[in-house]
Amino acid sequence: MTTDDAIAVRALRKTFGAGKAPVVAVDGIDFTVARGGTTALLGGNGAGKTTTIGMLLGLLLPTSGTITMLGEDMLRHRHRVLARMNFSSPYVDLPRRLTVRENLTVYAHLYGLDRTAERIAALARDLDITAFLNRPTGNLSAGQKTRVALAKSLLNDPEVLLLDEPTASLDPDTGDWVRGYLEGYRARTGATILLASHNMAEVERLCDQVLMMRQGAIVDRGPPADLIARYGRTTLEEVFLDIARNRRADGAPAGQGEAAQ
Amino acid sequence: MTGPVPGTAGRRIMGVLLRHLYVLRSSWPRLLELAYWPTVQMIMWGFITLFFQSHSSWVAQAAGVLISAVLLWDVLFRANLGVSLTFMEEMWSRNLGQMFVSPLKPVELVGALMLMSTIRTLISVTPAALLALPLYDVWVFALGPPLIAFFANILVFGWCVGLAVSGLVLRFGLGAESLAWVAVFAVAPLSGIYYPIATLPEWLQPLSWALPTAHVFEGMRAVLFDHQFRWDLLFRAVGLNLLYLALAVVFFLRTFHVARVRGLLLQQGE
Repeated sequence: MTTDDAIAVRALRKTFGAGKAPVVAVDGIDFTVARGGTTALLGGNGAGKTTTIGMLLGLLLPTSGTITMLGEDMLRHRHRVLARMNFSSPYVDLPRRLTVRENLTVYAHLYGLDRTAERIAALARDLDITAFLNRPTGNLSAGQKTRVALAKSLLNDPEVLLLDEPTASLDPDTGDWVRGYLEGYRARTGATILLASHNMAEVERLCDQVLMMRQGAIVDRGPPADLIARYGRTTLEEVFLDIARNRRADGAPAGQGEAAQ
Repeated sequence: MTGPVPGTAGRRIMGVLLRHLYVLRSSWPRLLELAYWPTVQMIMWGFITLFFQSHSSWVAQAAGVLISAVLLWDVLFRANLGVSLTFMEEMWSRNLGQMFVSPLKPVELVGALMLMSTIRTLISVTPAALLALPLYDVWVFALGPPLIAFFANILVFGWCVGLAVSGLVLRFGLGAESLAWVAVFAVAPLSGIYYPIATLPEWLQPLSWALPTAHVFEGMRAVLFDHQFRWDLLFRAVGLNLLYLALAVVFFLRTFHVARVRGLLLQQGE
């Protein structure tokens, strides 16, 4: 890891279950994410993306390996680091009965923020959620919920932002708005973003690095344009299909590891 | 770019408290439910008291003994529910994972659960305690300062049961949620709520004395019947509570650690 890395993962492994047939969810992966960069974690269902993000967030303990986040050992000092990062996913609801303002107030307290009301008002203006600040979160549309989740994830001005499918189930217009907002946030703050997504166009637009996962391992990596060129394809989606179906860059089936390079 | 200064534990605990106070504030059925059962219990045991006053010389000596007992028992029941339901609310709303990607520490959640339990318990039993005066001429606050000692000890033991139940729910999922309503009844026969511990078979009495509740209810009867505050009973109740509270907190934190190993924080909900 260098001081320019926001995230450094070394030999990270996670197995579930014990005895004769433990399930290897993440199989000794290594990667770094440079400060200010946007990296995508890609892979089919069950590739190990959610498990990896769970470990990066401290929700899941690795079986072995190390995670260094913003220069801190995540396994030993996660509470120090968690104040400087945040997370958003359309699959993780905020309490539905609470209004948007109440939810944001609760999380502002959890992140130890001062001048909570001002912070919420500023974010609400930024993300265009002022009109429904006093509505129960459960009554919002998918697009509105995504913007509220994004507001929650930006409350503490995170230096590292982890996003799990940030535009899943959004209409193209709202999805484009979210992508534009994230681009602007990174440019404005220099934050580091790691996102998992199944939307390859989104990844091509937002990310300068891609980590391709299959069966718990990182099987390829690089800037989207490099991957597309290396596989002789025209889109990242085609590259994704090659990797998910275990085809080499030249079209022949590939083995494990980063053999396609 | 510099990150925000990590907030204090008190601020994070306040955050969790706010989350649950907002839920209570926005839902009058929840508030009603809190006060409903203790009030019904008090009314029922009030009538039983009226009946026994003319049929039992024991009850006649201290008219408030049954009503005071049922209210203290409700403190235990509600303190337990105050912890376990507050915790399960996070699981029902799939919010536990979201909370723990913030700097909130598990031990701070424990603190918030205890405070929320205290608030819910006070909301539950205060109306019933106040209504006992106009309905049955029983003023439980006449117990005076000992009432605070009894209340505090029962409350803490309720937290212990609630934390144990919450740990089990975290470990085994919401399929175990009914434990929140039934677990506390396991200690009811041994607690001597409505009868002296001496009523129990001799071989069962040591088990009973291992519970802080037995000391509290005996202490309550000593005040009501003998007008004597038994410090020995209070000290034993406090000692046992400290032991059980330490065990319950360690059990909950250990279960939380296991949940992080097994990925249970990522797989909540029904």
